[in-house]
Amino acid sequence: MSGRANSSSALLRPSFGQRAGRVVLIAAALVFLAIFLFLPVAAVFAQAFSQGWTMYRDSIHQEDVLSALRLTGLVACIAVPLNVLFGISASWAITRFEFHGKSLLITLIDVPLAVSPVVAGLMYVEVFGLHGWLGPWLSDHNLHIIFAVPGIVLATIFVTFPFVARELIPFMQAQGSDEEVAAVVLGANGWSVFWRVTLPNIKWALLYGTILAASRSIGEFGAVSVVSGHIRGLTTTLPLEVEMLYNEYNFTAAFAAASLLTLAAIVTLVLKKSIESATGVHQHGQEKESES
Amino acid sequence: MPETKRRKAWSLTTRSSPLPGFRLSMGFTLAYLTVIVLIPLTAILLHGTRMGFSAFLHTVTAPRVVASYRVTLGSAAAAALLSAAFGLLLAWVLARYDFPGKRIVDALVDLPFALPTAVAGISLTALYAGNGWIGRYLEPHGIHVAFTPLGIMMAMSFVGFPFVVRSVQPVLEDLDPAMEEAAASLGANVWQRFTRVIAPVAFPALLTGTALAFARAAGEYGSVIFIAGNMPMRTEITALLIVTKLEEFDYTGAAAIAVAMLALSFAIMLAVNLIQWRIQRKEGKRI
Repeated sequence: MSGRANSSSALLRPSFGQRAGRVVLIAAALVFLAIFLFLPVAAVFAQAFSQGWTMYRDSIHQEDVLSALRLTGLVACIAVPLNVLFGISASWAITRFEFHGKSLLITLIDVPLAVSPVVAGLMYVEVFGLHGWLGPWLSDHNLHIIFAVPGIVLATIFVTFPFVARELIPFMQAQGSDEEVAAVVLGANGWSVFWRVTLPNIKWALLYGTILAASRSIGEFGAVSVVSGHIRGLTTTLPLEVEMLYNEYNFTAAFAAASLLTLAAIVTLVLKKSIESATGVHQHGQEKESES
Repeated sequence: MPETKRRKAWSLTTRSSPLPGFRLSMGFTLAYLTVIVLIPLTAILLHGTRMGFSAFLHTVTAPRVVASYRVTLGSAAAAALLSAAFGLLLAWVLARYDFPGKRIVDALVDLPFALPTAVAGISLTALYAGNGWIGRYLEPHGIHVAFTPLGIMMAMSFVGFPFVVRSVQPVLEDLDPAMEEAAASLGANVWQRFTRVIAPVAFPALLTGTALAFARAAGEYGSVIFIAGNMPMRTEITALLIVTKLEEFDYTGAAAIAVAMLALSFAIMLAVNLIQWRIQRKEGKRI
């Protein structure tokens, strides 16, 4: 290695062996990613277009696929805003006040991340299903939650429950409350503090969490599958429609529908990355969030 | 009555804050948490254990159920190890090296988080089936991936490895190069620098990421069921067994197995929190 007279950084100047090692490691990582990530995505589009563009277009324009697409959009439009409201409210309480049981509350917010999607769906069957706590009462009043849209919405809310809160809590903690306290001291009321000070400060982190929640709510499969009942045109979301088409050996149509979901995933990744590099939100990518 | 309840919540604060909105935000947070998480969780725990201890034990240790644990936990453990190895490699390459396309690679790592599991499931099955892009090169050598435990492991690794990358990468990026330079100037070679300087800092993060990958793999459903083949006793995962019980209207059996799965999830969650807590305590000491 280097002589005594060299600066300390020269000590870390890579030798030939280290440069070769670096090339090998980068190449190994890229090969792994190509096989593990790139091929599955490419396979979706290859299968979707295997019968040509016309067949692809016809597969997507089927009434069942379109109604599944509408339902997926509807569910996301209900579940995501509610979780945004919860995320803001939870992170305001947790980061702006000191109270007993705060770490317990933070742990409870993480619970949906630890629960298997199938178990999550089953939980709502236990409460609202025919044999569940409220089942008899609901059926007396002719209200349908399980095997109907409300159950799908509830299951989706559950699996996307932590995303916004987990994004906002560390962000608002790091930001501190000095500006908000100053605004209150100067006579602003609570809502104007929130709209004029807090919201402008947290908007990118909020958007980031919202994108994660929306992405997961569009793609959720396991939890929704348990409560949906798979009624074509009524209670099938797009991921469930993919499953049903696939199980009917209608592979081209299944992959055509899957290609729409894949596009949504790619858009999610692009948006995430843009927010990260444009605003510094989540620069480290230290998410332990998940999954779709 | 609600008034006294609210007052109680108010007295929960241990330090007064000049900011408004504690009652409103805390009230909504707790109400929402209760409706969405706590009540359903209680319902399943009560239903799953209502049958009594011996009947519960009998249900969750039936041969087909135990076989499903073996398939699920064995594949999840193998997937977690594979995720740990490749996750560490990716985290290292992303944290330490510059190469063309690095930003794209960094963004792509999150793909398994964003891609719906059902899409991942059918796509991996298409790849590894006998006529698939990868399967057609493996099958002639007698390596069957689709519809075997190996396929289950591949699907579980797909959804698991980003947890390892995202846990380890920030730690490696934060590691002060001056520490390594100091070690190098004292004569440490590459291997010593890795084992003595980098590994002690990165190991807890690697452990956390691997535990998260394992937890996700053990509960995974969508990406696995397509590639698994779902043969009882051989390639049937526990999550699918719950769905099967539900379809047979065996609600109590499904709930009992779900309670067993929840116990495992919470044990892993506890372990991860303990690791995090120890890291924070160590860091606190150092500062």
